[in-house]
Amino acid sequence: MSENKVNSVSQNKITALSGVFIALAMILSYLENLIPINVAVPGVKLGLANLVTIVSLFKLGLKPTIVISIGRIVLSGVLFGNVTVIIYSLAGAFLSILVMYIVKKIKIFTVTGVSICGAVAHNFGQIIVAALILENANIMYYMLVLAAIGALAGTAIGILSGIILKNIRF
Amino acid sequence: MKPEKEKLISIGDIVLLATVILLCVVVTVLLVTSREDGLEVEIVSDGEVVKTMELKKDAEYEVVTDRGTNLVVIEDGQVTVKEADCPDKVCVNHKPISMTGETIICLPHKLVIEIVE
Ligand SMILES: [Zn+2]
Repeated sequence: MSENKVNSVSQNKITALSGVFIALAMILSYLENLIPINVAVPGVKLGLANLVTIVSLFKLGLKPTIVISIGRIVLSGVLFGNVTVIIYSLAGAFLSILVMYIVKKIKIFTVTGVSICGAVAHNFGQIIVAALILENANIMYYMLVLAAIGALAGTAIGILSGIILKNIRF
Repeated sequence: MKPEKEKLISIGDIVLLATVILLCVVVTVLLVTSREDGLEVEIVSDGEVVKTMELKKDAEYEVVTDRGTNLVVIEDGQVTVKEADCPDKVCVNHKPISMTGETIICLPHKLVIEIVE
């Protein structure tokens, strides 16, 4: 019944934590950009920042999580990227949060399963935007690599999130 | 919060992971085996074909748009992007392509290089 715990986090605390989470997610995004992964598809990442998204989704709920993601993406985009990167990242993030929220509600998986679904959805959202920008549906075959990488990275991030959720109290 | 022992990973999670990986591997194998040696390469900039070249002739073609430039090179029947001024360099780092349906994409420059029959 850890769900009920969510409501006990006060609104002020959520606001303060959101700021901290945005900063944390930005640091993770930045660190991730330093690790090059050559999979031939733009925007492919291990999803380190997803660690923050998952912890936030389980502890603070849906709305703060959306705010934190948008904050992180827009701020990182302005600092390190451009408009294309922002749109691209937002598409992935929205689909990912939506899918994780639904999967979490269904309760057939642990936080790791939620993370796997989120990572795959994230990459799926990005490749759809890429296909739209490039006006080319053929590139969807990259999704095969993206889904596999997403599932593996999602597992690692999920286990890490689980450890954090178990040990950190807000 | 009850100190219930919530597992970090369940059988369900592992089944999910295995299913996704297996599905990707199977579809990739099907896709790769269905591919044939391509005859031509199509360079598509901003949704429009700007150049078609034969793979059997070594050649270079520089795609110049207001978004930037990409140098497409055909060598020994394989296509690569040798140089580009895009920020991510995803296109430059892509492995050479030669089979039908294979692509190299440069998202910042709205460019798709695709092998066709
Ligand atoms: Zn490029």
